[in-house]
Amino acid sequence: MDAPVSLVFWILSFIIIVSAFMVVSLKNIFHCALFLILCLFSVAGIYLLLNAEFLAAAQVLIYVGAVSILMIFAIMLTSQLASKRISQTNENKLVAFFVCLMFGLSTLVLIANTHVWRYSAQALPEANVLTIGKYLMTDFMLPFEVVSVLLLAAMIGAIVLARKETS
Amino acid sequence: MDFQLPDYNLRLMLPEIFLFLWALVVITFDVVTKRKSESAAGYLSLLGLLITGGILSFTGYGRGFGTMFFSDPMALFFKVIFLGSAFMAIGSSFGITKQKIVNHRGEFFGLILFSTVGMMFLASSQELLSLYIGLELTTIPLFVLAGFFKDNKLSVEAAMKYFIIGAFSSALLIYGISFLYGLSGTTDILQMKINLAITHLTFKNIGVTLLLSIILVIAGIGFKLSLPPFHQWTPDVYEGSPTPIAAFLSVGSKAAGLVAFAKIFVNGLSAFYGPEMLPNDWGKLVATLAVLAMIIGNTVAIRQTNIKRMLAYSSIAQVGYIMIGMVAMNELGLSSVAFYAFAYMFANMGAFAVVAIFEDKTGLTQISSYAGLSKSSPLLAASMAVFLLSLAGIPPLAGFMAKYYVFAAAIKTAGSSASSSWLYWLVGVGMLTAVFSLYYYANVIKEMYFSKETSPYRVKFSAPALMVVCLGLIGVFLLGLYPEPIMRFASDISASFGFIPN
Repeated sequence: MDAPVSLVFWILSFIIIVSAFMVVSLKNIFHCALFLILCLFSVAGIYLLLNAEFLAAAQVLIYVGAVSILMIFAIMLTSQLASKRISQTNENKLVAFFVCLMFGLSTLVLIANTHVWRYSAQALPEANVLTIGKYLMTDFMLPFEVVSVLLLAAMIGAIVLARKETS
Repeated sequence: MDFQLPDYNLRLMLPEIFLFLWALVVITFDVVTKRKSESAAGYLSLLGLLITGGILSFTGYGRGFGTMFFSDPMALFFKVIFLGSAFMAIGSSFGITKQKIVNHRGEFFGLILFSTVGMMFLASSQELLSLYIGLELTTIPLFVLAGFFKDNKLSVEAAMKYFIIGAFSSALLIYGISFLYGLSGTTDILQMKINLAITHLTFKNIGVTLLLSIILVIAGIGFKLSLPPFHQWTPDVYEGSPTPIAAFLSVGSKAAGLVAFAKIFVNGLSAFYGPEMLPNDWGKLVATLAVLAMIIGNTVAIRQTNIKRMLAYSSIAQVGYIMIGMVAMNELGLSSVAFYAFAYMFANMGAFAVVAIFEDKTGLTQISSYAGLSKSSPLLAASMAVFLLSLAGIPPLAGFMAKYYVFAAAIKTAGSSASSSWLYWLVGVGMLTAVFSLYYYANVIKEMYFSKETSPYRVKFSAPALMVVCLGLIGVFLLGLYPEPIMRFASDISASFGFIPN
């Protein structure tokens, strides 16, 4: 990586870590949701640095555009949840912190010590959107179609759960 | 850019396509008839499952969509198990659709069928991505089904717990799969097997990241299998969810997890088995979890007073026995796993069906409420006793043959070389805990038969419930007395995985 790219990388990483920490530590759930959007946006930035522009666009569209906005709607429509102060921790927080720290550290160490990855850390080739589109319509057509069945099942399930019962 | 469309071979996928369309028909039918009929949607679903089974018997072996869809012996064998468990689950849920689920009968049955379609896709996938999507299609309808009694706190709690645990375990699984992809450069399981072996031979050591991905995938599938230490959700979810759904969870969803496990580990990572592969040896890791499952399941079940919770712990223990066959890694191993799953389907679905019938009549799930049942409803008590004895592994019932094959597979591997003699210990723990298990199964039988009082409940079978119980009884006796034909089908599975009998 050349210097400007790596500078952007470090800035984005810093924003991701700080905002992710804010998401799990702030007491106002509305602020948490806003920091979550910032975090997901910065992850999209990392994807862009790796030339994965389709992934970055999908990240912004789905996570920032759909999921987070839905969450904010849910918070605002739930009465008084937006202004309430909710503690996000319980008595197990030290244990949980230790477990997460160990898992994160061991994952990092293991990845850093493995040198046999099939793909090197270089950026993706240009025009990978074309490649993704081609695979979705040829080799990966079956899972692509099954996902629509999955979405239908999820939709029916959501309607069943959300509908008010009339007896 | 040139496109090459893969060979679809849609003929192989006809059972899945038909069942998917039939699920839509069931839901639409229920809406169009204004939800008037109490049981028409249920009978319609049963018919659909029967037709799917018929179509399945005509689809031969082969592959479609390039290498995306495999119709191999394992897929066909387990599809029969999925269809059978869905059939028995739907057959035993006519009581609750009469009394409790008034507004969404069509969706209830339709979602069971959707989940079955997901299991069937999973069984046919030979590729990590479609395997993952199949697993999701299996579980997402089950989240909803677990919470179908919306005004019951236990049911809602079960749905929430199952949803959160299920989403978390899916995340772990896909994280593990992403490492497998990074190490092998492909998501195709057969290609992954070759690539990992080449990398291992070229670099002499593939590194510990493989261990990380093995642990993550075991954790992800372990939640679906309720393999300890990933089992805590099981009793709460089984207790809260509708009884037929608990049965479907304990058989269908577990069999789906077994297929995923066999595909990823016994096939894809078969090179990384054995002490010379340390630290990437998954065999001993899974064996440890199996020992935990047998000990925790069988001891905690003794203390349960609710029969659904007892059956939940019993199902945890049963997964431990199945895993013995999984780590045996010889020509008997996978066949014994498939046979065990088949025998377990009849016994466990049957036991849950009896619990469901009893619950529909009385609303009770306590073991003590079964006291004296043999005097008031002798047929129900007798069939419950048979199912429980089969789960315990008493000859001449199916559970005995299943345990026998699993132990035989492990002993065969243990005797083959000195480095695998640790499998003797596994079999030893299995036999010891099987004796423990007799205690809590026999406890229910003691309540039913040797209680002084006479049960005030006279339970009558409805037609579909009687059919389910009879199917379970036939299966349990047939597989116990004459297991050879099924075992012959099952041995094709081992052969298709490359385990040739010597």
